[in-house]
Amino acid sequence: MSQSQEQPEYQHRVLPPHISTFWWLEKGSYFAFILRELSCVFVAWFVVYLLLLVRAVGQGDAAYQQFLAWSATPLILLVNIVSLLSLVFHAVTFFAAAPQAMVVKVGPNKVPGSLVLAGHYAGWVAASAVVCWLLLGA
Amino acid sequence: MVRQHSEPYLWLLFSAGGVLSAMLMPSLLLLFGIAFPLGWVSPPTHEHMLTVLGNPPTGLVLLGLCVLSLFHSAHRFRHTLHDAARLAHPMIAVLCYGTAVAASAFAAYLLWQVS
Repeated sequence: MSQSQEQPEYQHRVLPPHISTFWWLEKGSYFAFILRELSCVFVAWFVVYLLLLVRAVGQGDAAYQQFLAWSATPLILLVNIVSLLSLVFHAVTFFAAAPQAMVVKVGPNKVPGSLVLAGHYAGWVAASAVVCWLLLGA
Repeated sequence: MVRQHSEPYLWLLFSAGGVLSAMLMPSLLLLFGIAFPLGWVSPPTHEHMLTVLGNPPTGLVLLGLCVLSLFHSAHRFRHTLHDAARLAHPMIAVLCYGTAVAASAFAAYLLWQVS
């Protein structure tokens, strides 16, 4: 853009550049960004699903069995399979960001990022094991 | 509406909810959403579920999971609307966080009922 003599040095372009609504389809990394951001919809869906389960359990055995049968209907099964893929993507991307977001210090030394990442994965495995033990074991 | 100084706290809730949902949701969803319906594993009995949900620490963890995940979701949804769709109306923040607050209250009520 050519600047006329009257315009001060710091003047910005007045018109914002045009950005397509579908800019996130232009590159693989943009698409991954949108997939990651959209995982929040599936996180919210899981909270709803969990609360429906809790409510059914509170209402009695018949309601609980009905919830289990409803979970096996093709639509809900499909929604949950897509949700699981999105939640795993959310977990992997969130843990991958942890070493940058968290600076852990032991004494004067900074804990290396790879250990912070490994710690998150260890936590994931432990939490999953507790969930399985609570629901399937004992 | 949502002023600049509230942003750090919202990011804190976002992170806490992000970590908690990443740690607990995949296994829960794999079991209830896929493994039980497809018959890979037999689901726990109703009595077992009542015992698990009636245990105060489990109830507290589930409440924390619901509340923090709802704020995580609301915050990320608000920012996605801003970044991807370039929507930045103040009402969006009110609706996002308002829904999270209302759903959190409902979660507390439901979890309290089974405890």
